[in-house]
Amino acid sequence: MNESINLKPGQINGETGIWEMVIGLEIHAQISSKSKLFSGASASFGAEANSNVSLVDAAMPGMLPVINEFCVEQAVKTGLALNAKINNVSIFDRKNYFYADLPQGYQISQFTKPIVGEGEIIIDLDDGLQTTIGIERLHLEQDAGKSLHDQHPSKSYIDLNRTGVALMEIVSKPDIRSPQEAGAYVKKIRSILRYVGACDGNMEEGSLRADCNVSVRKSGEEFGTRCEIKNLNSVRFIIQAIQSEAERQVEILEEGGKINQETRLFDTSTGETRSMRSKEDAHDYRYFPDPDLLPLEFSDSWVQKIRETLPELPDLLKKRLVTDFGITPYDASILVEEKDYVDFYQKAANGKDGKLTANWMITELFGALKKENISLSDSPVSPENLGQLIALISDGTISGKIAKDVFAEMMISKKSPSDIVKEKGLEQVSDDTEILKLIDKVISENEDKVKDYLGGKDRLFGFFVGQVMKISQGKANPSIVNKLLKEKLK
Amino acid sequence: MSKKESIVDIPTVNKIARLSRLNIPEASKQNLTNDLNNILGFVAQLDEVNTSDVKPLASVTGHKLPLRSDKVTDGNIEDLVLKNAPESSGGFFVVPKVIE
Repeated sequence: MNESINLKPGQINGETGIWEMVIGLEIHAQISSKSKLFSGASASFGAEANSNVSLVDAAMPGMLPVINEFCVEQAVKTGLALNAKINNVSIFDRKNYFYADLPQGYQISQFTKPIVGEGEIIIDLDDGLQTTIGIERLHLEQDAGKSLHDQHPSKSYIDLNRTGVALMEIVSKPDIRSPQEAGAYVKKIRSILRYVGACDGNMEEGSLRADCNVSVRKSGEEFGTRCEIKNLNSVRFIIQAIQSEAERQVEILEEGGKINQETRLFDTSTGETRSMRSKEDAHDYRYFPDPDLLPLEFSDSWVQKIRETLPELPDLLKKRLVTDFGITPYDASILVEEKDYVDFYQKAANGKDGKLTANWMITELFGALKKENISLSDSPVSPENLGQLIALISDGTISGKIAKDVFAEMMISKKSPSDIVKEKGLEQVSDDTEILKLIDKVISENEDKVKDYLGGKDRLFGFFVGQVMKISQGKANPSIVNKLLKEKLK
Repeated sequence: MSKKESIVDIPTVNKIARLSRLNIPEASKQNLTNDLNNILGFVAQLDEVNTSDVKPLASVTGHKLPLRSDKVTDGNIEDLVLKNAPESSGGFFVVPKVIE
């Protein structure tokens, strides 16, 4: 093994050479509808057990599904945002399997003719590079209920509130080559869904979950046998699960073994995947068209109407931020991650130094909010006040260092930066005579050091600057202090 | 119907029964296999018709899939939903443990 080899993300240096990963993702996104896909029961999260259940969801005999128009619109809207082909005719199929939280004995899904076909998105990687990931399809389907296995030693408890809630399953092509790309892909899909308003993207509450298909191969070879890791609900777990699964597969293959195509679970406590003990027929779903539902049909003009309601999407917005505000593509990609980041930024940066505003927002504001565990929408610092702070720095009223103190005060008191600067007398001193007075004081108090400096101890210069700044309580303009000190100490 | 005659054999019947959670007595299996082959053979007559220019027909009445607006109009009927459950507790259905 060559230890000095430089591996790219997604590569594994095995005993027999370098392996690469081939990854495809299925993202299940809960549609932000009020009611379910085929029934009028509420789709809200966290209600009393079985209170959001209609007789349709409970699969009582004779009940008929009627589709929710809003859900259809959201699927089309998302499809358009994924640059994908919209299918004006699509078909609902029954996916048959037995499980305690699936009262129908089948999930209504779309198999042969999904509502949305092929598309593609661009993902942003940490190093500022971009890559395109193909979308295979997007289809509408019902969610299943929830089983609780820890309430009783020999019983499972079933809550059907989630049964029949509308999901969009977004299937990628096997274009993803590293866990990092998978993470970036999920973030991008989540961001698009939130811009469009089709899904709140809340991974903790399970509104967005991913199944990852992972296989490994030597570069240039055919795809290997894949395993599917089910139900991952955070970007961190997706990255961990893919890495550990790929390493497991490399180990098996290098020992001369074969990969069994199977479904696996990610154990968050061990950081490893393990086989889901599934029956041999588990994947024989015997799909057939649902006889209760006619094909879903709509016209081009209806699609066009939806297209007109699409907001400015992250990729275009990012380009515009780079041109309009002169910020780096990397900063722009952070700001467009969330709709409210961009809105905040555009308000704050309006008429200000765009680059400086982006730096302050990403480093200081996001840092402080993260530390306090506050979301941007609850930020004590308003966009207007952040903008004002930037203006005070830009016009030299305060130094960057003082600005940090002012900012800390803004986080606590919610006051405007100009009020804080006035109250505390923090205006930067840029007046030459004022600063010269301070310099004279420092020089007279440190005559021995001045002698040393003039005798060649250049490093002492920093000491004098520091002393002047100190007695000015940080308010002296550092560049003027530097300039005047140099003149004075010649 | 000759060419489609033996699509279904007893192992296939066993498999479908297992997937459907149906317990089929050993003695009925041969009859059931014959029935299924007869049905499939009957339907297979359609293969003789040239349908290359015929669009799929989902409804003879011309009805379109009706859409409903996104409103909460149902729910809060736990008692009705749980009424036929052999066992329930605290609003949940209670079933034999389905996980090991």
